[in-house]
Amino acid sequence: MISIWFFIGISLAVNGALILAAGIYQLVNPPANPGVVLFHLHANVWWGAALLVFGIGYCLKFAPKRNS
Amino acid sequence: MILLLATEVPARLVRLAPIDIVIVVFYFALVLSIGWYLKGRANTGEDFFMAGREMTAWVAGLSFLSANLGALELMGWAGSAYQYGILATHWYWIGAIPAMLFLALVMMPFYYISKTHSVPGYLKLRFGEPSRALSAISFAFMTVLMSGVNMFAMAKVMQIVLGWDINFSIWVSSLTVAIYVTLGGLRSAIFNEVLQFFLIWAGALLIPILGLYEAGGWTNLKLQIAQRASSEYVHLWSGLGSFSTNPMGIHWTGIVFGLGAILSMGYWTTDFLVVQRILAAKDIRSAEMAPIIGAAFKMFVPIIVILPGLIGLAVLPEKLVPESVATLTGGHSYNDVLPLMLARYCGPGLLGLGVTALIAGFMSGMAGNVSAFTTVWTYDIYRPFFNSKGSDHHYVNVGRWTTIIGVLISVGTAYLVMQFASIMDYVQALFSFFIAPLFGTVVLGMLWKRATGPGGFWGLLCGTLSSISMWAWVKVDPTALRYVALSPHAKGLAQDMYQALWSFIVCVTVTVVVSLATKPVPDTALTGLVYGLTEVPSVGDIPLYQKPLFWAAIVTVVFFVLNIIFW
Repeated sequence: MISIWFFIGISLAVNGALILAAGIYQLVNPPANPGVVLFHLHANVWWGAALLVFGIGYCLKFAPKRNS
Repeated sequence: MILLLATEVPARLVRLAPIDIVIVVFYFALVLSIGWYLKGRANTGEDFFMAGREMTAWVAGLSFLSANLGALELMGWAGSAYQYGILATHWYWIGAIPAMLFLALVMMPFYYISKTHSVPGYLKLRFGEPSRALSAISFAFMTVLMSGVNMFAMAKVMQIVLGWDINFSIWVSSLTVAIYVTLGGLRSAIFNEVLQFFLIWAGALLIPILGLYEAGGWTNLKLQIAQRASSEYVHLWSGLGSFSTNPMGIHWTGIVFGLGAILSMGYWTTDFLVVQRILAAKDIRSAEMAPIIGAAFKMFVPIIVILPGLIGLAVLPEKLVPESVATLTGGHSYNDVLPLMLARYCGPGLLGLGVTALIAGFMSGMAGNVSAFTTVWTYDIYRPFFNSKGSDHHYVNVGRWTTIIGVLISVGTAYLVMQFASIMDYVQALFSFFIAPLFGTVVLGMLWKRATGPGGFWGLLCGTLSSISMWAWVKVDPTALRYVALSPHAKGLAQDMYQALWSFIVCVTVTVVVSLATKPVPDTALTGLVYGLTEVPSVGDIPLYQKPLFWAAIVTVVFFVLNIIFW
């Protein structure tokens, strides 16, 4: 049976990748009006990266092959 | 939240980018995939209703916590933190931690070794059929009605925050929940609750991080709150010596005895919605560890709920107002603080994750309600009163149909609330009527062998009726609050605390009196159900650091330290 932690890993990794991609896009093409406070911190880049790393770690650790 | 229903729809608070939509859609795809994957593992009653009783302590514990961590809870308590300050944290600390530890160390062994399917099921074993019937029928209907009320409130929030059509929100979310719970049963609900736990933290933790950065740290945040509101907003206990010296209008006795000793005990130890998750644990150690794990994480939930409200108080340029005022002025209410903070800090992608966290919180809460309703209906109402000779396969089918019917009743309730907003107020109040007396009945049943069947039934009934009477008294004559809550300065929240306390006392008193006047139950009939007549199984010969008692002690120490730090 696939572990619940594997599904969580997928969720975090995919969300992290999407957020990181959006962040990098904004980093390369800064919007004229960012619309958020503290835009200069580029939270979506480092937060997306953190989620991606965390998610990949979970996917690797709880991959179905290893569980079975 | 209640007055949200009466509000006109203002301009949406946030606008999602395409990447945000992708994240939301991915969430729906993932939960449906999990339901589909688990459909082959829900063929027996134990699988469908109890998740096979094979959940680890971590899964059961996080699910136990998540069942309570709904979107309305997040938004409502963030709004309360803006309105009342750090006092709202009491609902996460003294209003949860002692009860969770009590459940783990005192009550869980009895629930677990009795192998009951539900809390009403325990009442059947301990007090007989009438107590079970009273508890099961009230719980089943209140649960499914609450699910509908929450569904509508959430759809309304989605309309206000995102501009989504209310019918769209109701039907998409309810059909998704119906599909994955019908397919995978409790296991599917639990899996999605654990997923939701991670999504909520991933989506909400950034707000306090960035908020504290903007405010200049905790010390500066406190100074700004003191300037914009009052220094009492950042103290947990120092203002509770009198009803009039804190923003909540409550006395410490209400918090300690009403909330900490009764209301939270009632909710966390007898509300089947949360207890069901623990009953799915794989062994006695996991069943005891699960609430302790839940308690450990519960202590830190204020970081993502209370702190954003406090930060909003300090950094938001506009002053948030009560819902009734917001309706008239077109401004933002306290309950909008979390979406406002989300919009303040979260750009494309992050916003989608934050919104997904809210949707996930709502859907897992609804799945929790529906799965608990399904179990109680099937095992505690249908089987004893309609068909006691069905096969296991028959009851699983009944469970699947009950899931669908439960969702449809919830949808119906949601539309009923849309037409008659005051129903929401009544349904939420109804649910609270049963909590405190039920705790009195269950805890006496577990700890006092002299309690008898008639004692349990009449105690539960009288406690519930007394709670209803107090609520109706204050409803008819609002000045009666001074008698129920013991002070003319008491405010609405104080009523819940004292109403719980009095109804608990009525329940216990009636149970004791009636029990002493009726024939005792033989000890042999109480084995496995009552403290002193039951050999509680050992968690085994394991190292100290694996023992539930050890971790409960650590959680207790941290709990006291946190209360002292924020005194």
